[in-house]
Amino acid sequence: MDFLNSLLVQPFADMFAAPDFLMQVLWEGLVSGILYALIALGFVLIFRSSRIFNFAQGIMVVFAALTLVGFHEMGVPAWISVILSLGVMFVLAVSIERVVLRPLVGQPDIILFMATIGITLFLIGFGELIFGGENKIMITEELGIPTGEFIFEPFGGFLLLEQKDVTAVVVAAVLVIALLAFLNKTRMGRAIRALGDDHQAALSVGISLQTIWVLVWFIAGIIALVTGIAWGARAGVSFALEVIAYKALPVLMLGGLESITGAIIGGLMIGLMEKLFEIYWGQPLLGGNTETWFAFVLALIVLLFRPQGLFGERIIERV
Amino acid sequence: MMDASAGYVTEDGRQIGGVLMEMKNITLRFGGVVAIKDISFDIREGEIRAIIGPNGAGKSSMLNIISGFYTPSEGGVWYKGAPRPPMRPYEVARMGVARTFQNIALFEGMTVLDNVMTGRLTHMHSGIASQALWWGKARAEEVANREKVEEIIDFLEIQAIRKTPVGRLPYGLKKRVELARALAAEPSILLLDEPMAGMNVEEKEDMSRFILDVNDEFGTTIALIEHDMGVVMDLSDRVVVMDYGKKIGDGTPDEVRNNQDVIDAYLGVQH
Ligand SMILES: Nc1ncnc2c1ncn2[C@@H]1O[C@H](COP(=O)(O)OP(=O)(O)OP(=O)(O)O)[C@@H](O)[C@H]1O
Ligand SMILES: [Mg+2]
Repeated sequence: MDFLNSLLVQPFADMFAAPDFLMQVLWEGLVSGILYALIALGFVLIFRSSRIFNFAQGIMVVFAALTLVGFHEMGVPAWISVILSLGVMFVLAVSIERVVLRPLVGQPDIILFMATIGITLFLIGFGELIFGGENKIMITEELGIPTGEFIFEPFGGFLLLEQKDVTAVVVAAVLVIALLAFLNKTRMGRAIRALGDDHQAALSVGISLQTIWVLVWFIAGIIALVTGIAWGARAGVSFALEVIAYKALPVLMLGGLESITGAIIGGLMIGLMEKLFEIYWGQPLLGGNTETWFAFVLALIVLLFRPQGLFGERIIERV
Repeated sequence: MMDASAGYVTEDGRQIGGVLMEMKNITLRFGGVVAIKDISFDIREGEIRAIIGPNGAGKSSMLNIISGFYTPSEGGVWYKGAPRPPMRPYEVARMGVARTFQNIALFEGMTVLDNVMTGRLTHMHSGIASQALWWGKARAEEVANREKVEEIIDFLEIQAIRKTPVGRLPYGLKKRVELARALAAEPSILLLDEPMAGMNVEEKEDMSRFILDVNDEFGTTIALIEHDMGVVMDLSDRVVVMDYGKKIGDGTPDEVRNNQDVIDAYLGVQH
């Protein structure tokens, strides 16, 4: 009885009793959620255009953040460092297309997946060689990101929003909207969507595989940099950052590998739900630390009922 | 009648121009399989050229070579009198060669309109930034492209399904959408791989009419593969006949119909 109470009644009573705290929890969830969504979007773009499950997305976040901090440590002004880091991500995209994708085109998916593991290992080694293995601090203030906080008093209570989190949410939201506009309105965007649907048809209307691949890997690189800055500002920059990219996996299981909307909604859902669960169920009932596994369990449960994910595009058998 | 430079006049009075594309001594091997053996033929400006032959004769392979999907083991494609360097499919497409596929290759998740719009990709030139921001030139270009696409949609009578996702369409309409997408590129050569396969009589009649109208109204040169002999005889100006990778006949429908090799090849095979 007691257990049922703390499982089904108490959490909601707590939420109701302290709505300001509930808002705080939701906010924290939203911040992680939008970053998960952003990373998942990187996965989806690459998967849709090349059928590659890009295992390297996580390490690209670390690599991008390290590159940024690295340039700044060499005395380059913060914003120039951002531009140079974007340049590095572009060179990375071109190199990956040339050295990895082009020679492997037409190989089974699993080979390409293995190749992205190869890219991951290379980036870890290369990153450590150049930037060293120790933790670094994100150049948050140098980039002009505000570090203060907004304080509200909803319901006569207390709600604190860190300004850098607000910035991260705004920037991530702008990036997502820009990406959607790009995919839906531009020639290149149309080409990316087309390529995901049917390679042969895409080639026949004059789409170059190579150009599109470089483009999507570069976009994934931009996403990696933005995520790296946002997450680095909260947790510092180290190879441990890579784990947030693995949070994109349950997001993808929920949202489906091919759905852009799925990635966004899936990311926000996981961010919000894992936070709610941790605070209202995890900590009182399970001693906390549920955020490391909750998303995966949730995704597995969803997959039991909907193998294509919540928003997966319907699979239409070809004749 | 068929002077290499001057062209000829068809029975129904259409003027056919000089040689637009020429396949010279093309051989294609897949490992041990020889799909095409030393075949040469040409396609003239403004004509409807059919490629026929029993299953596995190498017809699709030939079309794939013309569109750059396959690279010939020997020989090559000449375009407007000059040898065409080895090209990837997207480069051939940008040169003005559009095609459809035997097994239909459409963007199933997109609407009919969006599918046809992709046919305009080779006609979109403004930069990414201006497109993203919807600037003047990009906007004018988009409007012009849309007009062209709507014109083709009207032409092929698929207005009613403009906004339907292609995956939901029946087979016959998919074939028509695929033709629309190819036409949207305003190609100088249109390659059709069995545009009427699997259609009922009425759909075949519609498709035949569209092909003739495209050729007539836009002056598009067309090379098509087709199994239905009646259709081939009605539509085409000249016919190449292939069997087991070899060319066994080439000429007007009448000439081909009376060619003993062709008769033998067709008598030996069930269709
Ligand atoms: N990509 C490929 N790899 C290996 N062999 C191929 C390939 N494409 C075609 N072939 C072979 O080449 C030969 C000719 O095939 P092709 O598809 O060109 O014939 P077709 O005349 O179009 O036949 P159909 O009327 O059945 O469409 C066949 O033996 C086929 O198996
Ligand atoms: Mg064929």
